[in-house]
Amino acid sequence: MSAYVPMFLLFAVAATLVAAFFLLSTYMGPRNKGEPEHNTPYECGSESSGGRHIRLSAKFYLTAILFVVFDIEGVFLYPWAVKFRSLGLAGLVEMLGFLAVLVVGLVYVWKKGALEWEK
Amino acid sequence: MNPATQSALIHGAVYGTIVCLAVLTSIAMGIWFERKFAGRMQSRIGPTYTGPVGLLQPVADVVKLLQKEDIIPRDADHALFNLAPPLAAIFSLAAAAVVPFSAKVISADLDVGVVYILGVGGLMVVPTFMAGWSSNNKFALLGGMRAIAQSVSYGVPLVLATMVPVVLAGSLSVSGIVDWQATHHWFAVWPILPGLPAFLLFYLAMLAESNRIPFDIPEAESELVAGITTEYTGAKFTLFYMAEYVHTMVGSAVAAALFFGGWDGPFAPGLHWMVLKTLLIFVSVYWVRWSLVRFRSDQLMDLCWKRLTPLGLGLVFLAAAFVQYWPGGAR
Repeated sequence: MSAYVPMFLLFAVAATLVAAFFLLSTYMGPRNKGEPEHNTPYECGSESSGGRHIRLSAKFYLTAILFVVFDIEGVFLYPWAVKFRSLGLAGLVEMLGFLAVLVVGLVYVWKKGALEWEK
Repeated sequence: MNPATQSALIHGAVYGTIVCLAVLTSIAMGIWFERKFAGRMQSRIGPTYTGPVGLLQPVADVVKLLQKEDIIPRDADHALFNLAPPLAAIFSLAAAAVVPFSAKVISADLDVGVVYILGVGGLMVVPTFMAGWSSNNKFALLGGMRAIAQSVSYGVPLVLATMVPVVLAGSLSVSGIVDWQATHHWFAVWPILPGLPAFLLFYLAMLAESNRIPFDIPEAESELVAGITTEYTGAKFTLFYMAEYVHTMVGSAVAAALFFGGWDGPFAPGLHWMVLKTLLIFVSVYWVRWSLVRFRSDQLMDLCWKRLTPLGLGLVFLAAAFVQYWPGGAR
């Protein structure tokens, strides 16, 4: 467990450095006077036509779902990768089966057109 | 407090500070080098005024950025807007914790180091989305969504590419993998078939994860102004900018450790070899950056899902088959 202590300390050191940055900028930078035009959303100098309320393509959500499927697979593969030597041939065959299922899944989404970004 | 915890605390504080400062210093020098390098590639001479041969340019840049006014756009979500840049900087630095700079110099020698790196690297999606969503700006939101789509997609080949050294060395600890290479071969050299392609796959995924050209679509300035950093000024912009460079630097160090034997090398101390290898990979990232143009979004996704992911699956299987069947190979 003590191996994790330095890890958290590194987080703490990084956080301290970041805090120092913020502090320095507070003292060195000019104050925001809060003029109304000053804080409008950036839009290349023209009048803003609204902020974040735009419609986003559904393909972003599809990508996220695909990521969940294939990344969980990666998580399952890691324990196997470490223990592979003691599992021997049986482990190799079983993992081949697992990878085959995934490849079938990939082929399926491919054929369904889920991987086509421009559609 | 028992002695083990006490020594872990001291070790953590000392090495954490050293690693953070070393990474940040090397980033500063890396930025100077990049500007000189880019200048030479474009028949310019790069920075010259600040300090000898412009060496103090990064310092001047940071001081200038810190003096800028902090603007928070109207209707922005203040808490998320302010939290995103520090989180990005902290997560990118945190990945350096498990990188072995030499046999002794390592901040936290976790036995699940590889999973830790991928996990902390994956966390970068969170500040990206926070920044994109909270800015209340459509360019920032689109940039954020693109960045997330890109980094989660390329997370898949990245996981598969890192699996190859894990299978070959039979260890999840980064220093364990380096030890294995020190006693056998560097994985980029032997077994060359899963090893070298796995490195290239890792390299491409790393470029995409840190939004480097040719994968810098999230901040395509001709269409998205500056992506998620559009509304950020001063210190907060600096932190995002820094996080990007730290991400690249730590990614180069991880690539050097996983595929090029880390601190292993003849004649010179381990630390020198590790730094040399890391910097060579870091420089190559900038060489690519100033040589190529960016991909289109659909090309990027095609490359990831239709080419790199199947390739990665194949490489993992090849690595396993090598361990199993090569006579005396990796056992």
